Amino acid sequence: MSTVLPPPVASAAEPDTHAAPRAPVVRAARLRPAWLITGVASVLVAGVAGLVVGPAHLAPVDVVRDLAGLHTGLGPQQVAIIEQIRLPRVVLGLLVGGTLSLCGASYQGVFRNPLADPYLLGAAAGAGLGVTVVIVGAADGAATPAAAPIAAFAGALGAVALAYGLGRASGGRTSTASLILAGVAVASFLTAVQTYVQQRNQDTIRQVYTWILGRLSTAGWHDVLVLLPYAVVTWIVLLAHRRVLDVLAVGDDEASTLGVHARRTRLVVIVAASLGTAAAVSVSGLIAFVGIIVPHTVRLLAGRSHRVVLPLSLLFGGAFLCVADLLARTLSSPAEIPIGVVTAFFGAPFFILVLRSSRRLGVTS
Amino acid sequence: MKRLIAAFVAVLALSGLAACGSDTTPTTAGSSDNAVPHRIVSMSPTATEMLYAIGAGSQVVAVDSNSNFPADVPKTDLSAFEPNAEAIANYKPDLVVISNDVKNLRDELGALGIPVLLQPAASTLDDTYTQITELGDRTGHRPEADRLVGSMKQQIADLTKDLDRSGPQPTYFYELDNTLYTVTSKTFIGQVFSLAGLTNIADPADANGQSGGYPQLSPEFLVQADPDFVFLADTKCCAQDAATFAARPGFGGLKAVREGHVVPLDDDVASRWGPRVVDLLRQIVQATRGVPVG
Repeated sequence: MSTVLPPPVASAAEPDTHAAPRAPVVRAARLRPAWLITGVASVLVAGVAGLVVGPAHLAPVDVVRDLAGLHTGLGPQQVAIIEQIRLPRVVLGLLVGGTLSLCGASYQGVFRNPLADPYLLGAAAGAGLGVTVVIVGAADGAATPAAAPIAAFAGALGAVALAYGLGRASGGRTSTASLILAGVAVASFLTAVQTYVQQRNQDTIRQVYTWILGRLSTAGWHDVLVLLPYAVVTWIVLLAHRRVLDVLAVGDDEASTLGVHARRTRLVVIVAASLGTAAAVSVSGLIAFVGIIVPHTVRLLAGRSHRVVLPLSLLFGGAFLCVADLLARTLSSPAEIPIGVVTAFFGAPFFILVLRSSRRLGVTS
Repeated sequence: MKRLIAAFVAVLALSGLAACGSDTTPTTAGSSDNAVPHRIVSMSPTATEMLYAIGAGSQVVAVDSNSNFPADVPKTDLSAFEPNAEAIANYKPDLVVISNDVKNLRDELGALGIPVLLQPAASTLDDTYTQITELGDRTGHRPEADRLVGSMKQQIADLTKDLDRSGPQPTYFYELDNTLYTVTSKTFIGQVFSLAGLTNIADPADANGQSGGYPQLSPEFLVQADPDFVFLADTKCCAQDAATFAARPGFGGLKAVREGHVVPLDDDVASRWGPRVVDLLRQIVQATRGVPVG
């Protein structure tokens, strides 16, 4: 607590004899209470909005009264809409969005790469292959669709393990670049296999596609309960590493002189982030961009230290996905838009904006 | 720049010509227009059903991997979605029936001198009748085709003639897969349900036709609409049945679930526009007849 570590940007310091502080350096290394309150408030606002707005037009006051356990004039169907469809969906959105954003922020920290996202090491491609195989198998009577989340989870973790093994084997002990390249190779390979399986079985292509674009409404509370234990473990491990990630940002050698074991830290963070990503993907499909734009926005607005970025990514990521899902189910109500389309449609332009602003402010990663 | 535009226009003109050329069936050496094909390859499960229903089955030498009715069709691993002209040509066909001109298949086969008949997915029952008649003409089974069409029309008239249309129509939800993809009344299958006197709850979800009649429905909307009937056309693809439907969050209290009106359909029959559409209509009418609405 007492050791105030230099923010990562300061490490890029060229021998600067003048003591004039530059703008990025004065950014807070510590999470300001105001930001924490804003983050919690955004979660609450997004959650309440997700609960009271939807294709079935229910009076907000009735929704609130029902959730508070008070008497309402709602019929059993309307109660089912609130308690079995909307509430688990909102909770799932908060969990998935928060987990993906936190994992993305951690990946960016551990790889010191602004473009790193939770799918960097092939988690999405592996999960996609697993789900495609199960969906195709279900159509042939060889599998059950209920196995899809398990296949996604196993596929995601398998792909990351493969990438990590290959990257370590070829890149020596400190190279993150070889790890990233191994991830790219594994992802391309698995995507090729997935596409092949998908094209050979076009009768199931819509289901595969639906899964790839992501969806927050499948099995209600069951999904929440499946995700929750993995999410909590991931959050605890990653948040506990927020200071160490700041140390790692100065470079492996420098970190080791500060007493941080870079390789071991990296492994722990990658394992935790991959576990959380795999669990999120297994219940929600491949939701794009959340893991990139939320952490970068937080960096831009609140500060670059992982002590700021990690907790705020968790909060704002949950709120962001909750709102994205709200749009997904209301924009063309009573039809739905795949949530992956919403996050990418709003995420991509936003990402450009963040990049432009960060260059103007001199906050390069 | 001028030259570029000229080249572009030339390409356009050429492709236009090519498209025109492929509309007329290429006649090849050794076969005249009057010759009846005896080596037919069907790349469409619906066309396969039609060919066998009009008695042209003995002229069919190969069908695509999804053609599975009737049971004794000469099934191959030819893919209608990723077709390969060479693989089709290996069967030395004198007629290839396709429902989708994937990857310029028609032109490719045409270049090999193989006549192609394109019969795309029907949007109305009349399209179905037209395609059956066309197949009858091409295969030398016009009388059988006419009889089949007549019989289908008669059966449909019989099935729908004493439907009570005076009161409010029962409502239904038609499930294409377990993520609530569905159809509106504008689709072929939706029209079959309209014939049976049912109202589709999904029509507002694609009122402007942007989803081509195939919107993905919001689960809470489905619960609020609370249809009288649910038809599952995903019993094969997604292993769904009345029990798995009822087990989904919030669906247990649906009227159709409580009253046992979740009707499993055969995915294949429900997704084709061939002669078995009559069987589908019969199943719908039998499931819904005499059920009070309200």
